Amino acid sequence: MSDQTATKPALDFTPPRSGLAALQLRDAWHLLPWGIAIAFYFYADGFHSFGTNVLIMVLFTLSLDLALGYAGIITLGHAAFFGIGAYTAGVVAVHMTTDPIAGLILATILAGILGVLTGMLILHTQGVAMFMLTLAIASMFYEVANQWRSVTGGDDGLTVPRSAPLLAYFGFAGFRFDFRGMTGYLYTLSVVFVWFVIAWRIVKSPFGRSLDGIRQNPRRMRAIGTPVWWRLVAMYGISAAMAGTAGGLQAQATRLVGLTSLELQLSGIVAVMLVLGGERRLYGAFLGAVFFMAVQDWAAAVNPVYWMFVIGGLLMAVVLFLEGGLMGLLDKIFGMFAGKRVENAQPSSNEVKAGEVKTGDAK
Amino acid sequence: MLLFTILLDGIAYGMVLFLISVGLTVTMGLMRVVNLAHGSFAMLGGYLSSVMIRHYGVPFIWSTLGAAIVCGLIGGLAELTIYRPLYRKGDLAQVLLTFGMIFVSIAAMTLLFGPTPVAESMPKWLEGQIDLGFRTYPSYRLFLIGVGTLLAIVLYFIIERSLFGARLRAAVDDPGMARALGINVNLLFTLTFIGGCALAGFGGAIGAGILPIEPFYALKYLVLFLVVVVIGGLGSFRGSLAAALSVGILDTAGKYLVPQLGSFLLWFIVFGLLLWRPNGLLPPKSAT
Repeated sequence: MSDQTATKPALDFTPPRSGLAALQLRDAWHLLPWGIAIAFYFYADGFHSFGTNVLIMVLFTLSLDLALGYAGIITLGHAAFFGIGAYTAGVVAVHMTTDPIAGLILATILAGILGVLTGMLILHTQGVAMFMLTLAIASMFYEVANQWRSVTGGDDGLTVPRSAPLLAYFGFAGFRFDFRGMTGYLYTLSVVFVWFVIAWRIVKSPFGRSLDGIRQNPRRMRAIGTPVWWRLVAMYGISAAMAGTAGGLQAQATRLVGLTSLELQLSGIVAVMLVLGGERRLYGAFLGAVFFMAVQDWAAAVNPVYWMFVIGGLLMAVVLFLEGGLMGLLDKIFGMFAGKRVENAQPSSNEVKAGEVKTGDAK
Repeated sequence: MLLFTILLDGIAYGMVLFLISVGLTVTMGLMRVVNLAHGSFAMLGGYLSSVMIRHYGVPFIWSTLGAAIVCGLIGGLAELTIYRPLYRKGDLAQVLLTFGMIFVSIAAMTLLFGPTPVAESMPKWLEGQIDLGFRTYPSYRLFLIGVGTLLAIVLYFIIERSLFGARLRAAVDDPGMARALGINVNLLFTLTFIGGCALAGFGGAIGAGILPIEPFYALKYLVLFLVVVVIGGLGSFRGSLAAALSVGILDTAGKYLVPQLGSFLLWFIVFGLLLWRPNGLLPPKSAT
């Protein structure tokens, strides 16, 4: 055996280049979504607060993509972390400091800690039990916010003071948050960009790849020595922290935190955005959130009732007819132009037999 | 005396939860479908019954039975068209599709009946109080307890003592083996689905005094119905009865004794129970 290995040519072990060094010309399409987002700042007069809300939802959807898309943690309680972030940022602004970045960091950290703690408990279970546990956690947080009136304002909500100028440190005057929401838009866009880069690096890392494996077959991953539970807890915590940032941004942008930020409906809506855009694509979160918010804006203007029809119908249609969401659709269209059929590199979780998922042993 | 009130209120509430959830436990246990839209059938039952009472003067009992039949038929139709393709898909697709159905049902009900809750339309003979000898108690709640008990006994005989029930339990425990023995699992499932939706519709209709009928009903009480099913153990009839009564009594006790906590206590206990027994309290053999 040892001869064989000795005679073989040494394996080429140059590590794949990462970070900026790995960027090539064909990656230039990344400029498109961000370019549009920046162009929006200059040309979308009067729509900046709408754009800010869309960006917040993009970030929230991105966080769900990490937990649900990449790690395969089926949760319908992600609004819990969004709400925690929102209330934290709100309470910090009311009682401690109106500095936006401090509030945002605290919101992120608290949501992340709660994500890790609850993740440590619930990620031992699987299938329906785990799904129910995410719902129970969200319901607990909701009840706490509802009853703890002295801090959260109960169902009246919490009014958040206007944030202090951005980056007003060391004598620098900072950037004031204007009434048209232009500073707010750029601030939100920067935060989303930072989180996007982090998410991108995570899913391309060995850690992210191992979660791919765990989603497809946790037993096999355990057999080859992956600490499955820890990996899931880590990803859940990161995802919760990201959702907390999104919540914090919303508190600072809308300056009102209400119980709706913890509701089951919000968890459902963010899931709609995710599957609409396409799971495990990162940019799917962008497409899904933008499309959803635009449709919501339009449908709600026509008749609020239609809006419910539209999201419900969209959700059903995507599950039944549009596997892979809008990103999958784009793939197919581009694939047709290129004259080749696009194959899914990974089997989507939808194809996994339901029985397998539920009866798989957790420990 | 307070204890007595909590117990009776809790049981009445639990019976409503049981009637609505018992169909769901079979759906989720037998076909392994995460069916979030089950509450929509209860909501539909509530609306149908109130429309029948208000606009057509149908007596209360007949209107609830009528609602049950209509819900059963619609449920059967939904099973054949929407749920069938779902069985082969994963958890996530099931969760999302049935969640989408909830939104559609909310919109449909708002469009048809308006956004406000429907006022109770109880018949005269259920409005008063009944003298129990040492105290009086609302007759509506006693009626719920009576009907719930009666239906639980009937269901017990159907599920635990009949050939149909034996086949059903066999299919829950091991669908593959049941098929191999010549049991038509698909037919069994369609029939059970119809029965489950009919019960949900009936429960929604007679329980309207406890869980008020409104467009967001299916979303508002969704977690409650799921909790009953999952705590009881997927596919377990006895488990869902025990879980429904415990959830009813616990929630009532929490709201009477520590009102400042609201429903927090219930969720906290549910959370702990699920961590301790992820398969529920009385799981069928397939889950253990």
